[in-house]
Amino acid sequence: MANETPLWEVFIRPRNGLSHKHVGSLHAADEVLALQAARDVYTRRGEGNSIWVVRSVDIVASDPDQSAENFDPTAEKIYRHPTFYEIPEDVGHM
Amino acid sequence: MYSQGLIGADGRTEETEDFLAAFQRRMDAEEKIEPNDAMPEGYRRTLVRQIGQHAHSEIVGMLPEGNWITRAPSLKRKAALLAKVQDEGGHGLYLYSAAETLGVTREQMTEELLSGKAKYSSIFNYPTLSWADIGIIGWLVDGAAIMNQIPLCRCSYGPYARAMIRVCREESFHQRQGYELCLTLSRGTEAQKAMLQDALDRWWWPCLMMFGPHDGDSLHSDQSMAWKIKRFSNDDLRQKFIDATVPQGEYLGLTFPDPELKWNEEKGGYDHGPIDWEEFWRVVKGGGQMNRDRITARKKAWDEGAWVREAALVHAEKRRARQLAAE
Ligand SMILES: [Fe+2]
Ligand SMILES: [Fe+2]
Repeated sequence: MANETPLWEVFIRPRNGLSHKHVGSLHAADEVLALQAARDVYTRRGEGNSIWVVRSVDIVASDPDQSAENFDPTAEKIYRHPTFYEIPEDVGHM
Repeated sequence: MYSQGLIGADGRTEETEDFLAAFQRRMDAEEKIEPNDAMPEGYRRTLVRQIGQHAHSEIVGMLPEGNWITRAPSLKRKAALLAKVQDEGGHGLYLYSAAETLGVTREQMTEELLSGKAKYSSIFNYPTLSWADIGIIGWLVDGAAIMNQIPLCRCSYGPYARAMIRVCREESFHQRQGYELCLTLSRGTEAQKAMLQDALDRWWWPCLMMFGPHDGDSLHSDQSMAWKIKRFSNDDLRQKFIDATVPQGEYLGLTFPDPELKWNEEKGGYDHGPIDWEEFWRVVKGGGQMNRDRITARKKAWDEGAWVREAALVHAEKRRARQLAAE
């Protein structure tokens, strides 16, 4: 089976005002068929009103082995949060 | 559905002890594993096999019910059955894509199903002989599947757990439409009542087998528990299923084909008679009434669809070339 049908990632917007969210993937020969299949597979019960399909090979992902160096340092940067700063109560809500 | 009775899981693995211990700590902390995370080979292999078996079961499971779509007795029943069978196809597709995140291709999995290397739930190797079977399948087969699948929503492997959440959300309609169908027959003519009883007589024991062998005989099941792939033992789930189902059957005025089935006050559950495991293994190994028909039907669909898949790829290539030329 040399000819493998390409894999697509499917994103759906549940309703206007919300972002598209990844829901899964599927196989399709091209973008027309991918959209059609995404409609059948992922929106049988009013799950959304808009679909994006992206070829899986076009997604660039961060390396999970580097997730500690990428994401752990933010935990130490407490000064990025509003609660780090003390404002006298007399000043009122800020 | 149906993955609880995972057939032939192989959790052997060859990583260093440190690696395995670190992985186990993640499991014990209820962390989820995502596709590119480091994982023991045995964990990956067990999941590929389990998710694959599960996906194949959804797809093959379309056949016994599909058999009755054109003969549904009313438009309402036909629309419901069509929607249910379409859902099962969807379940298969969610699951195949979850398995593919572990590095197997759809084509490989399909080949393994068609060659008989990969298994699927033994329940689909029984024939659907009457319209009542459609009600019984929704009520009992999907009911047993729900029991199996709900704990899988918390499986440690993220893509599988997410697929199962989608599946479980859809299964409840399957069970309810089946029970409602049974209810209608149970209020019908004597012939309809007899047809319903006959369907229960044929499906009850195979449904209990869906949960897989007894805990003592269930190989590799401890490893799956430790890896949080599996949350409850086969026997525990089977017991839960029986306890939930028997009162529903009594409401329909049905008699379960098990003279030893009776309420045990002390354990707070039903006792039941012995399950014929010889029949189970015979069906798993290909000796069921419908094994050959099911695989023949899947092969036919695959072979006769080959030209469509090829044409779609060639057409896509042609469109791409034209687009490039126009730019
Ligand atoms: Fe299903
Ligand atoms: Fe179902």
